[in-house]
Amino acid sequence: MSNHLNKLDEKKYAEIADKYSKKSSLLKDCTMAFVFGGIICIVAQLFNDLLMSQKSMEIFGNITEENGKALTVMFMVFLGVLLTALNVYDEIGNIAGAGTIVPITGFANSITSPAMEYKSEGFILGVGSQIFQVAGPVILYGTTASVIAGFIYYLIK
Amino acid sequence: MDIFLKYLGVFAVGGTLCAIAQILLDKTKLTSARILVLYVVSGVVLTAVGIYDYVVKVGSFGATIPLLGFGYSLCNGVFKAVDTIGFRGIFTGGLGDVSSGIVTAIILALVAALVSKPKSKKQ
Repeated sequence: MSNHLNKLDEKKYAEIADKYSKKSSLLKDCTMAFVFGGIICIVAQLFNDLLMSQKSMEIFGNITEENGKALTVMFMVFLGVLLTALNVYDEIGNIAGAGTIVPITGFANSITSPAMEYKSEGFILGVGSQIFQVAGPVILYGTTASVIAGFIYYLIK
Repeated sequence: MDIFLKYLGVFAVGGTLCAIAQILLDKTKLTSARILVLYVVSGVVLTAVGIYDYVVKVGSFGATIPLLGFGYSLCNGVFKAVDTIGFRGIFTGGLGDVSSGIVTAIILALVAALVSKPKSKKQ
């Protein structure tokens, strides 16, 4: 628990320090987020286009559009986890800001980071209980919203 | 030229969605976790009312890779499931459609925890 608090303090400190030391302008932050976020999406599109190309179909057989999209998401998740495990993702995140938080690679990062960090507290109460720190709320409220939408759709369709 | 325009759309939409999140980060007290939740729920709502389909048409993966796309999949999954299996689909459709991404993430994260160490930041 103290570990957790330390981490939060550190984050807050970094935020405040950042604000005063760099006078980070909104425009610069946004440009970075835009460029990095855009590039990550381009990578996904590129992977998907290669996957759905004639050549890849010859090798892997026919891939449906739906499967292609799911495989692309899985590939991006893989990239996010890999870069996190190599301790690179956070470095990029220091420059890219929201550009690395919002894409699905950031979601993968938000699952991998606590998994690695809390390993020292054991695999059940450390990794197991902390792995969904950020992803948990996302899944909880995303699913809730989808159930509400589904219920309304069921009633009016 | 066509392909150039497509990739331009991907870059512009993906970049814009991230830049909006950056504005929220800088200008409000929202933490990144809150922004992610906001994005997923917005994705569900925008998809439910039919707006996000247009964004996806223009942005393709620029629209589905940011977390709004997660909400888009959740919502589309639920609608599809309600169409095919009825009431039960309200509960199975959402997570069903995004499960491949989530499961990939947790399995690989577990592997990462086994083989990799975080760079210790505090000293």
